[in-house]
Order: sequence, then structure tokens, then C-alpha cells
Amino acid sequence: MSKENINVALIGNPNTGKTSVFNQLTGLNQQVGNYPGITVEKKVGFCKLSNNINANVIDLPGTYSLNASSADENVVIELLLNKKDKLFPDVIVVVSEVENLKRNLLLFTQIKDLEIPTILVINMIDRMELKGISLDIPFLEEQLNTKIELVSSRKNVGFEELKSLITSYKTISTEPCLNASSIDDEYFDNLRKTFPNQSLYKLWLVITQDVNFVDLNRKTLKNQSFTKTDSELKKLQQKETIKRYQFINDILKIGHKINSASATDLRSKLDRVLTHKFWGYLIFFFILFGIFQSIFEWSKIPMDIIDHAFANLSSLANKFLPPGSFTNLIAQGIIPGIGGILIFIPQITFLFLFISVLEESGYMSRVVFLMDKIMRKFGLSGKSIVPLISGTACAIPAIMATRNIENWKERLITILVTPFTTCSARLPVYAIIIGLVIPDKFVFGFLNLQGLTLMFLYLLGFGMAIFSAYILHKVLKLNCKTFFVVEMPNYKLPMLKNVLINVIEKTKAFVFGAGKIILSISIVLWFLASNGPTKNFSDADAIITSKTENSSLTKVELKNKVASYKLENSYIGIMGKSIEPAISPLGYDWKIGIAIISSFAAREVFVGTLATIYSVGGSDNEATIKNKMAAEVHPETGIKIFNFASGISLLLFYAFAMQCASTLAVVKKETNSWKWPLGQLIFMSAFAYFVALITYQILK
Amino acid sequence: MQTTIANLKKGEKAIIKDFDADIIPLKLLEMGCLPGNTVELLQIAPFGDPLYLDINGSHLAIRMETARDIQVDRIKK
Repeated sequence: MSKENINVALIGNPNTGKTSVFNQLTGLNQQVGNYPGITVEKKVGFCKLSNNINANVIDLPGTYSLNASSADENVVIELLLNKKDKLFPDVIVVVSEVENLKRNLLLFTQIKDLEIPTILVINMIDRMELKGISLDIPFLEEQLNTKIELVSSRKNVGFEELKSLITSYKTISTEPCLNASSIDDEYFDNLRKTFPNQSLYKLWLVITQDVNFVDLNRKTLKNQSFTKTDSELKKLQQKETIKRYQFINDILKIGHKINSASATDLRSKLDRVLTHKFWGYLIFFFILFGIFQSIFEWSKIPMDIIDHAFANLSSLANKFLPPGSFTNLIAQGIIPGIGGILIFIPQITFLFLFISVLEESGYMSRVVFLMDKIMRKFGLSGKSIVPLISGTACAIPAIMATRNIENWKERLITILVTPFTTCSARLPVYAIIIGLVIPDKFVFGFLNLQGLTLMFLYLLGFGMAIFSAYILHKVLKLNCKTFFVVEMPNYKLPMLKNVLINVIEKTKAFVFGAGKIILSISIVLWFLASNGPTKNFSDADAIITSKTENSSLTKVELKNKVASYKLENSYIGIMGKSIEPAISPLGYDWKIGIAIISSFAAREVFVGTLATIYSVGGSDNEATIKNKMAAEVHPETGIKIFNFASGISLLLFYAFAMQCASTLAVVKKETNSWKWPLGQLIFMSAFAYFVALITYQILK
Repeated sequence: MQTTIANLKKGEKAIIKDFDADIIPLKLLEMGCLPGNTVELLQIAPFGDPLYLDINGSHLAIRMETARDIQVDRIKK
């Protein structure tokens, strides 16, 4: 028997547990990518429905309706209207939630008009009893002209039934459940006559949305004799929405009953505390504080283990592989390079873990509510909090998360200042420098001084973001008609499975994404450090031996001298030496200079670069990167390279400089102009330079 | 008694009146803010803005400036 492969699209309002339904159906068989040309995340999972039917399950971005107002929502329409797309669904599953059925059904009635087989899933049925809700399923199925499946992703109920329902998708009606075109019969009749081969609702969507298709052009649609003005269209859209809600209200009056006596109200109690003018802010502060302390404390041990493991691996490779440049590439280029990536994993995992718990629980919306008025004073929106907090993981998803900010000026400012927040790529740089120059002591008995320094750097990042937002707010003259609406979802205990899948996925994406850059840069660096243009490099042995003939050096000392002489005369040494005058006022030597330059591709390259440079420079492979850095002294003054003054100067440089090519690319995509990312690059980096300069000059 | 959502007190309920399509964004409508629906002011954020509403079972927060545009009739207790 031949196997059949079908496409299933999951669609639903935000906060309906659509992603948990997706996770239940597909488990870890997921692939995350981007839709071509835009940065909207595309999630496709694989699910075995029966012995001979497999499904590609597409998790579409959450949307409240098919009237798109953002790039995320456009993706939904474009996929659902384009029959030629290879992911065009054979069947659509609309995910709704038992407590917000009314609002969720608006989207359902719109989808139903597309004339694709559509199943309605009502999620979170475990809460029905608690909330005193009862549903008349046969009545609802008849009125909505569909099949309904009750599920609970928390209790894993109803999924086998859902799978078999999807399998029989050919029996599900493709008829709309209400006649929305009755809002203006004349107009829609004309439309139908002019384009007899198209679905009416599709025509309507193309007219009112900013989407184009090969077979349907907005211009020809709008250039008809019976066309309407934008304001008239807007009125019609409003009438359409009201009409749909009337229909939904009528059927829910019969099919959905709430016995309010049994409704318990945990929500309003929690809201009262969490949005309180004193307790609300205090709790928020303590949550942030807890997150940052624990990231530093909990990650320490696994990070040390990874660091040592890779140092050992390098020396093993040196010992057991035949000597030669291939072994050198592995032991000094690739292994330290990979170690430089993997060392992030503990901290990134914790950060994504906390962020995903805050989002899943519904707490994040309360923070938006609590902070909106304050943030507006700085030209931001309450919704900027989410990008600013997730910016502590990575600026790229954070900048994408600004899409739900309705006001363009607020959104632009958020995009521009987000890179100041301390992203996880800065963490390893901070971690290693803090470890070198800040004593590992406790103040007041329980606050770790290194942890406090890290916390201060985070606050500095936020502070700088807020401060520059304020300046931009005053400088940018943009007039935007603004409105703000945020859903306040129910509080939920985060589901372990969702949190874990999210964390694994994000960490994986980060490691592979950053990994490619770091690995290739380490290899290039290794090559540049192991080769030189002049005779000084190739004849290093002879030169040093003749220079030191009269002094009594041990073999090891001699070997080290040769190695460092070689490094200075390699390509990278020459490059580094040429920029040294610009960075020595900041307290850096040419090796740090190389690390800073390569950091402009991605900050996290810093540690890997130093690892590569020091591995090539020294003969002693067993020492960890940190020990090597601690041992570095200035060849003339004999002062430690990583001392308090240069360390603080470096920390501040990395706090402010715009060193991430990927972020610049995303900013370009989201703002549709090179003006903003270039402005960020120049302003932030110049600012970083001057702050670092002043700091070093004062502290030295 | 006619007023706007902006003038409601915490815990007060009202009925939304007809409004102009050009003022109220479609997205708000889609989230349940429709003429004839009941609205209850649940919470006011510190510093008086935004407002946390229950509109016909939908829980959402809007800013004062939008709230001022939505005409309502107070329901007397």
C-alpha cells in the first residue's frame, strides 16, 4: 500500500496552547526555519497519523484574525491563500481554548470561509469543571459545520481521537458556516461576477490586505467600476466583524454554558498582587535579580567542566595524533573553537528556561501592563519589556519580538536600543574577564562579588538602552497614530514539555547558528597565526637561537620564546601590531586587539579567538584558557595584561559596542533600511571606545 | 449614564455604545470590543494607565487615550 503524505496547518489565537498541541502531535520531530525572505519563524513537525498516512504539521504564528496587521500574520494569509505552496494545507486545525471560545471562534469563522476542510480543537478542557463550563458539542458541530475535538494538552487527552479525525479529513465539510457577504450584497455580487473562478473570501482578503498573488493582483481588483474607498472598506470590515460576532454570540448562547457559582477566582487575586503599585514592582525586581544571580551561580560548575574538558582534549589530540599541521589545526584551531561555543550552553539554557517560564505562565503580560506608563516616558511601549528581557538571551529573536508593538516609533526605538541589553554572547566574555579581575569574595555573607558585578553589567545594559531610548524619543520626529492593546491571558502552570522543547530548540539554533561563525573564524585565525609573510616567521628558530646564545635558557623557555616570536611575525601578529596604537590607550595589547576585531562578526568569538591565539603562542596545551590569560604579562612593563583597569575597560567596551553581524542583518530586515543598522554600528562602537578609553585612563 | 471607558471606576461595569470605524482600530473590535458588549474595569495600572478590562469575557489592557474614544453607558449597581 502506498503511503500518503498530507499537510496539516495549526492555527489559532495567541495563548490558546496551540504550540502545546503542536508539541503533543509531533514531539521532538520538529524543524525550525524561516519563511523565505522574512524572519518569521517557520515550524514544521512530523506526525504519523495511521499506518499509511503521515502528516507534515505546520505551526503557524498565533493570530487573532485573518485581517493581518503584522509580518507574522501575513505569513498565515499567504500560506492559506496560495494553493501552489508546497505546504498548502489539506486540512486546517483551528486551536481554541475553552475559556475564550467566543474570541477564538472569530478566527474560526474566517478560516471556514476559505473552503478548506477545517477541524475545531477546543483545548484546556481540564479547566471546564473548575470554571463551571458545559458545552453542547453536537449543536456546535452542526452550527459551525465542522467536527470538534476536545483535548487537554496538559493531561494528554484527546490526541489519538484528533489524529483519527485528521485522517478522515476528506469527510469534513468545506462549506462556510455563515454568509458574511450579506453585509453588502451588491458589492459582493459584483465581485463574484467579475471573478467567477475565485473564492469570494479570498478576493475580499486580497482587497483589504497587503498581499499579492500571481493569479490575483490587488491593482486589478481595486480598479473595478464598483470599487470602494479605503474608509468604506474599513467600515465594511467592521461590519463583517460585528456580523461574525453576532453569529458566534447566538450559537454560544445555546452551546456554551457557564455556571458562574462554581467559578473560582485565582486570577483576580493574583492580578491584585502582581500588578500592585508596590508589590508588583518589588516582585518583578526580585524575579529579575533571582534570574541573574542563578545564571551566574548555577552555570559555573558545568562551564568549568566544559572548559577543562576541551583543554584536555586539545592535549590528547597533540599527544596521540602524528605531529604536523593537520594535528595543529585540530588541536589549536578546531578544538578550542568548538569549546568556545559549547561553553555557552549552560548559561543560555538557564536564560531561555527562565524566559520561557515567564512567558508560558502569563506573567509577562502583567509586566507589560505594569511597565507601560513608565516605558512610554522613554519613547518605548510596555511591550518593549519582552524584547528587552529576551534581549538578555539574544538580540535577534528579541528584535523579531518587537513586531507586536503597534506604534512604529515605539517599535523602531525598541529595535535600536535592544542591542544594548546584555545578550548571552557577552556572557562568556564577561564571565572570563570578571573571573580574572574581580575577586571571588562574598559581601554581606551571601552576595557573590562576581555575581554582583555581572548584575551591575546587566543593569548598565538596561540603563543604557533606556537612556538612549529617551534621547531617540526626543530626537526622532515621527508621527504615528498609536493604539495599544494587550491580551491578559489566564495564569497557567508552565508545561514542562513545552518549556523543555522551547529551551532545546533555542539552544540548538544558537549553538549551530553562532557555531558556524565561531568555528570558521577560529580556523581562519589559526591559519593566520600559524603562517607569516617574512623570513622572520620561517626562520624564527634560528633567529631566537642566535639571539640567546649567551644566556642560559632551559629548553622550555627557549621553545616559548620561539613560539611567541613566531606569533608576533605571523599575519595576525602583523595585523594586531598595526592597530595596537589605537587600542593601547584603552589598556589592550595587540592580542586583545585581534580578539576585538574578530568580535565584530560576533562577540562570542572573543574567548575562542584568545583561546586560539594563546594555544598557538604557547607550547603548554594543558592549561585552560583562563589560566593562560591570567599568566599573560606585558613584555616591556611586566604588568599583567588582564589587570583591574584594562579588565573594567574591556567589560565596558563589550557592554556598549555593536559587535554582531547577525543583529545588524536582522535590524536591516525589520526596518527595511541600512540607515538604522549602520547608525547603530557607528554610534554604539564609537561610544564604547570613548567610555573604555576614559575608564582605563582614570583607573590605571 | 453616558461616559467613556476612561471615566469608569475600578469594578464598574458599562455597555459599549456605537462607535466610529475610523477611530477604533479593527484589532480591538476583533478582540471583542463591540457595541452592545459589557465592559468591566478590573484594574488600573500604577500611575493611572493602562486600563485592564474584561470585555465580554475577553481580558485585555488598553491605554487611556484609546479608552477615551470608547463611549459607554454605565450600568447602575
